[in-house]
Amino acid sequence: MRGWALALVLLFSSATLAWADPPIIAGAADLKFALEEIAAAFKEDTKHEVSLVFGSSGNFYRQIGQGAPFRMFLSADEGFVFKLADAGKTVDRGELYAIGRIVILVPHGSPLKADGQLNDLAAALADGRLGKFAIANPEHAPYGKRAEEALRHAGLWEKIKDKLVLGENVSQAAQFATSGGTQGGIVAYSLALAPAVARVGNYALIPDSWHEPLRQRMVLLKGADEKTREFYRYMQQPAARAIMKRYGFLLPAER
Amino acid sequence: MDWTALILSLELAAATMVVLLPIGVWAGRKLAWSRFRGKALVEASLALPLVLPPTVLGFYLLVAMGGATPLGRWYESLFGHQLTFSFQGLLVASLIFNLPFAVQPMQRAFEAIAPEVREAALCCGMSRLRLLRRIELPLAWPGILSAMVLIFAHTLGEFGVVLMVGGSIPGKTRTIAIAIYDRVQAFDTTGAGIMSATLLVISMLAIGLSYLITAPGGIRRHD
Repeated sequence: MRGWALALVLLFSSATLAWADPPIIAGAADLKFALEEIAAAFKEDTKHEVSLVFGSSGNFYRQIGQGAPFRMFLSADEGFVFKLADAGKTVDRGELYAIGRIVILVPHGSPLKADGQLNDLAAALADGRLGKFAIANPEHAPYGKRAEEALRHAGLWEKIKDKLVLGENVSQAAQFATSGGTQGGIVAYSLALAPAVARVGNYALIPDSWHEPLRQRMVLLKGADEKTREFYRYMQQPAARAIMKRYGFLLPAER
Repeated sequence: MDWTALILSLELAAATMVVLLPIGVWAGRKLAWSRFRGKALVEASLALPLVLPPTVLGFYLLVAMGGATPLGRWYESLFGHQLTFSFQGLLVASLIFNLPFAVQPMQRAFEAIAPEVREAALCCGMSRLRLLRRIELPLAWPGILSAMVLIFAHTLGEFGVVLMVGGSIPGKTRTIAIAIYDRVQAFDTTGAGIMSATLLVISMLAIGLSYLITAPGGIRRHD
C-alpha cells in the first residue's frame, strides 16, 4: 500500500519535473514588469528561458532559508542578500544591480493629488478625504519599509497608521492603491511606470532623502547552473540596463 | 490563461483522489461497521481538517516538512530534494486536508448498507473480497463518487495551505488558485477573470454532479 503510493508520487514528480526545466529566479515584486521584459530580451538573445517568481524580498529570504529551489535572487534590499550569504546559501555576496525609488500613486478620480512632498496627503488626512491608503507590508517588504520611513519623515505615520492597507508585497500594494478601494498608496517607481499601472493612475516621486536608499542586490544561490549564471551576467549588460533605466531605476556604474 | 497551473491543479486533484480512494474505502468501512475504543476520537481527528484554518495546517506542515526536522531530512535523503516547495509537499498537504471529504461520505454510504445483506452474503459462503466487490462497493458507490467529486473540487480551490508550503513555483507548486492571485497582483485582470470563470464553471459542474448523485430520484441507487 505504502509502496504503491510512493510509486504514484514518483510518477507524478517525474511528470512535473519535465516542466520545471528553466531555472527558477526569485525577483522582488518591484521588478515585476522590468524583469519580465529583460527575460523576454534574454530569451531572444540567447534562446534560453528562465522562470520568474515575484514576491516580497523578505518572504523570499525566508523561503530560500527553508530550501526553496530558486537559483538566483534579486532582492529589493541588499540586507537580505548579505544575510543569506552569511548563512552560506549563496555563491558569493552578489552584485548591486539597481537603486529603487518610491512614488505616491493615486488612481484616476481619487480625491487625493499625486504630490511628492505629501502635502496633499497631509491635508487629506486633516479634512477627512482619505479613507484608506496602501503600502507594502513594512515587516518583510523593503518598499513597505521605505514607505513607512517616508511617512515618518513627513510626520504622517501616527495619523495614517489606522488607514493603511498592507500589501503582501509592493505589487499587491500597487494593485490595492489603484483598485478603487483606496485613495492611493506609496509604491515602487518601477511599477508606476509600467503601462498597466500608468493607465489607471498618476504618480509623483517622493524625495529619496526621506528614506534609506533602496539598494537592490542580486545573488546566485548555491547550485546555480550555467543558464542562471548567464542570466546573472545578462543583467549587467547594456540591453538589460536599458530596460531597467526605462523603469526608473538608478543603476550602478558600468564595470 | 495559465495552462501549466491548471494542469498542475488537475494533476494534484487526480493524485489526491487516487491515493485517498482506497484509504477512504478502508476507513469508511471500518468506521461504519466496527466498534472499537476511541472511535469517537478517531472520527473527530478525521474531521479536524474541516474546521482547521488552512494557514494553521500550512504552518505546521512547513515546520514539519522543512529541512531541519527528522521527517524533512529523511525525505531529502531519500529523494534528493526537499518536501516543502515541491509538488509532493503539496500532495501531502492535499491528502491531509481532504481526508474528511474522502472518509465521511464513504462512511455514510457504508452505514446505509443493511447488515442483513452482508450477513446473508457471508452465510452463503461469499468471500470477503467478493463481498466487497459485488455487494458493498456497488451499494456504496454514490457515496464514493461524491467523495471523489468533493476532493476534486476542494483541491482545485485550496489556497491557504498551498501558499504557505508551495511558494508559487511555475509547473511545480503554482496551482490555478495561486495563479489567479498572482495575475491580480500583476494587474492582469483579464487573465485572472478567465481563470476565475474556468474555476467557477468547474466548481458548478462538480457540485451539480454531486447533487445529482446523492439526490433521491437522481441517478438510481441499487435498491
